Amino acid sequence: MMAKTFAISVLVFWACAVLLARVLEVHGNEIDLQHILATPSLHFWFGSDDLGRDILARVLRGAEVSFLVAIVVTLVNMLVGVSVGVLAGFYGGKVDRLLMHITDVFLAFPGILLAIAFAAVLGPGMLNLVFALCLTGWVSYARLARGQTLSLRNRQHVQAAESLGATPFRLMLRHILPLLTSLLMVEATYSLASIMIAEASLSFLGLGIQAPSASWGAMLRDGVRYMLVAPHYVLIVGLSLMSLILAINLGGDYLRDQLDVKSV
Amino acid sequence: MRGQILISRCLSLLSVVFGVLLLTFLLIHLVPGDPVEVMLGESATAADSAALREELGLTQPLVIQFGTYLKKLAQGDLGQSIHTKTPITTLIQARYPATIKLALVALALGLLIGIPMGIFAALHAGHWQDFVVTIISVRFSAMPAFWLGPLLMLLLAVWLGWLPVSGMDHSTSIVLPALTLGFGLSAILTRMTRTSLLEVLNEDYIRTARAKGLSERTVIVKHALRAALLPIITIVGLQMGSLLAGTVITETIFSWDGIGRLLVESIEKRDYPITQACVLIIALSYVLINLLTDVLYRFADPRMRHA
Repeated sequence: MMAKTFAISVLVFWACAVLLARVLEVHGNEIDLQHILATPSLHFWFGSDDLGRDILARVLRGAEVSFLVAIVVTLVNMLVGVSVGVLAGFYGGKVDRLLMHITDVFLAFPGILLAIAFAAVLGPGMLNLVFALCLTGWVSYARLARGQTLSLRNRQHVQAAESLGATPFRLMLRHILPLLTSLLMVEATYSLASIMIAEASLSFLGLGIQAPSASWGAMLRDGVRYMLVAPHYVLIVGLSLMSLILAINLGGDYLRDQLDVKSV
Repeated sequence: MRGQILISRCLSLLSVVFGVLLLTFLLIHLVPGDPVEVMLGESATAADSAALREELGLTQPLVIQFGTYLKKLAQGDLGQSIHTKTPITTLIQARYPATIKLALVALALGLLIGIPMGIFAALHAGHWQDFVVTIISVRFSAMPAFWLGPLLMLLLAVWLGWLPVSGMDHSTSIVLPALTLGFGLSAILTRMTRTSLLEVLNEDYIRTARAKGLSERTVIVKHALRAALLPIITIVGLQMGSLLAGTVITETIFSWDGIGRLLVESIEKRDYPITQACVLIIALSYVLINLLTDVLYRFADPRMRHA
C-alpha cells in the first residue's frame, strides 16, 4: 500500500512538474557565466551547471525528453513485437522458426550493446536514438507474445471460434490478443523504466540527445566531470532519475500483483 | 546422449554466430548517407575517400563484401583503424585483457557479496534482517552504472579518500569499477541464493540430515548449499552478458582502458571498423559464455547428466 502511494505520488509529481515547465516555458538554456556551478540557493533551487544554466529547469526538460522517448519507444516496440510474436505463434512452421532465429541473434548481443552500436552508426540525435532503441527492443515482446500465443492457440475457446468459421485475423485479434493484455501491460511498465535507463546510458555516452537540449544522461556525464567541485550537480540529476525509475518499477510490481500475472 | 546434446547445442550456436556476424557486418551499411564521407569528415579529398572506399571494399556487391569480411575474420584479420592504420587485432589484444580482468573481479565481488548475503537472508527468513537485505537487493539492483559509479566515486574516493578516483595506475584502482559492475550481479545473486536455499531447506533430505543429529552448520554447508547453489551457475552465466555490456559505461566513467572504452573512443572518432570489431568481440564472448554455462550446468547437476 505504501509502495503504491509512493509510486503514484512520485509519478504525479513529475508529470505535473514537467507540464508546469511546459506551460511556464522554462527552457534552461539561458547561459549565465556569472554563476557557474553555483550550489543550491533561493535563486537556483537545484544549483547551476558548468554554463550557469539552472539545473532545476534542465532536469524538468530532461524529464520531458525521458518520458517522451520511453513512451514512444515502448509503444513502437510493443506494436512491432506483439504483431510479429502473435503471427509466429499462430502460424508456426517456417515463419516461426525464422523469427525465433532472428530473435536469437538479437539476444546474442548482451544488454544495451546493440543499441549502442546502432546509435553509433546512425549518428546522434533524438530520432536516431528512438530508432536505435526500437531496433533492439521489439525482440522481448515478440518472444513473450509468441510463447503465450503458442499455448493459447490450442485453448478450447480459440478452437471453438475457429470451427465456427472465424478468420485467422479475427482469432488473433479477438480471441488471443485480449488474453495477452494484462501480461503486456506489466511488461510495458517495466520496459518504460528500462528504456529510460537505456536512453540515459546512450546520452551519457554522447549518443543521444545533443546539446543544448537537456537530457539526464548528458547531464550526468557533465555532473561526473565537475564532481570534485560541484557534487550537487550529479547527485540531483541522479536522484531525480532514480526516483522516477523506482516509482515506475513499483508501479509495475503493483500492476503485476493486481492483474495476477505470473510469467513476467 | 550427452554428446548428442552438445553437438546439437553447437550447431544451433553456429547459426547464431552466423547471424551475429551478419548483423555486425551490416552495421557499417546502416550509416546514413555515405559511410566514407561520415568517417573522414568534410575536409577529406576525393582521393582519400576513394582509397578508403577501396580499402573497406565498399565498391563491391554486398554479398562479396560479406564473403571477404568472413574470410578476413577467419584469418584473424579485423581490419585496421581508418585514422591511425593500426591493425584492430593489435588494439583489441592490448585492451581486452583489462576488460576480462575487470569483469572477473566484478564477478568475484558479486559472488562474494551476493551469496553470503543470500544465505544470511534465508537463515533469518521472516525477520527484519531478511527484510532489509531483500529491500536493498530488490530496489537497488536497478541502479545503472552511470549513477552508481559516480555515487561510489564520490563516497569512497572523493569524500573518504580510500580509493583512487579513476585510471588504472594503482593496484586498488580496480575496486571502484569492479564494485560498480558487480553490484547488480550481487543483488540478483542475493535474491536467488535466498529463494533457492529456502526451497532446499524444506526438502525431506534436509529433515533427515537434521534428524540424524548433524550440526546446523553441516546441514547448511554440506547438504543444503550444494543443491541450492546449482541454479547460481545459470544466473552467473546469463549475467555475464550484462556485465560485459556494462563495461562500456563503467570503463568510460573510471577511465579504465578496456575494450568498452575502446568502443566509445572509436564512436567519438567515427572509426567504425573499430566499433564493428569491438561489438563483434563482445557479442562472441557472450555467446561463448552462454555455451560454457550450459555445458557446465549439465555437468554440475547430476539430474541433468542423464537427461
